[in-house]
Amino acid sequence: MLSNTEKELIVQIWDKMIPVAEDIGSEALLRMFTTFPKTKTYFSHLDISPRSDHLRCHGKKIVQALAEGARNISTLTTTLAPLSRFHAYQLRIHPTNFKLLNHCILVTLACYMGENFTPVAHAAIDKYLSAFSAVLAEKFR
Amino acid sequence: MVVWTDQERACIQDIFSKLNYEVAGPKALQRALIVYPWTQRYFASFGNLYNAEAIMSNPKVAAHGVVVLHGLDRAMKNMDDIKNTYAELSVLHSEKLHVDPDNFRLLADCLTIVIAANMGTSFTADVQAAWQKFLAVVVSALRRQYH
Repeated sequence: MLSNTEKELIVQIWDKMIPVAEDIGSEALLRMFTTFPKTKTYFSHLDISPRSDHLRCHGKKIVQALAEGARNISTLTTTLAPLSRFHAYQLRIHPTNFKLLNHCILVTLACYMGENFTPVAHAAIDKYLSAFSAVLAEKFR
Repeated sequence: MVVWTDQERACIQDIFSKLNYEVAGPKALQRALIVYPWTQRYFASFGNLYNAEAIMSNPKVAAHGVVVLHGLDRAMKNMDDIKNTYAELSVLHSEKLHVDPDNFRLLADCLTIVIAANMGTSFTADVQAAWQKFLAVVVSALRRQYH
């Protein structure tokens, strides 16, 4: 359940991430691959070494999708429908992995925003990421 | 038995050496209570936890945060036998405090975020991995005496 204040906070934060989408996205992915090596099994088709083009490009896509979702929070299911189908029928990622990436996104935001990543901001973003992941996993079965 | 590389040991010692227990402990516990409000069920005797401001200014929460970090300090000083170091703490959490052990990971995650916010770019992916491995061992040791 997101309050209106939280929805505004989420949009504000993700809007700030758009210009640095490649940095934030690739860092979150790298953290996930390093801390939870099993997540690399989904990326055998890409070069995910630090600072690789594939990593930066893929990271950017993720951050841009999150930013777009943030601006359309009340219609997440519709906005994310294509991505949701993609994750369900093509990628078929084990659902526990969403939490691992979400955690690494939070860590990346914390490193980036320092004290500005307040407990209230952390709670709002965590709730948003959970809602986002739930939509992505919706069509899994 | 947990095997630590020299690099992992160095990372973890380094993080602790830079940690102000009186600041990080309270921040981590406050964050857990705010981000995962169901954890408040274990702190009914702490008084006002009504909203984020109340939690962040609650002296009992702050004091307990420091206690938690001193507990982690013991694990850091006994990295090669965290399991036995925490045997009594595990019994305490299960039989006296009745804490759902799934919540240990949440507090661990909040502490990681507090450390990340403090260390910024020096909290690299490799440092994070070593730190999370340490916390995973701690959480596993705390879960052991649940029957």
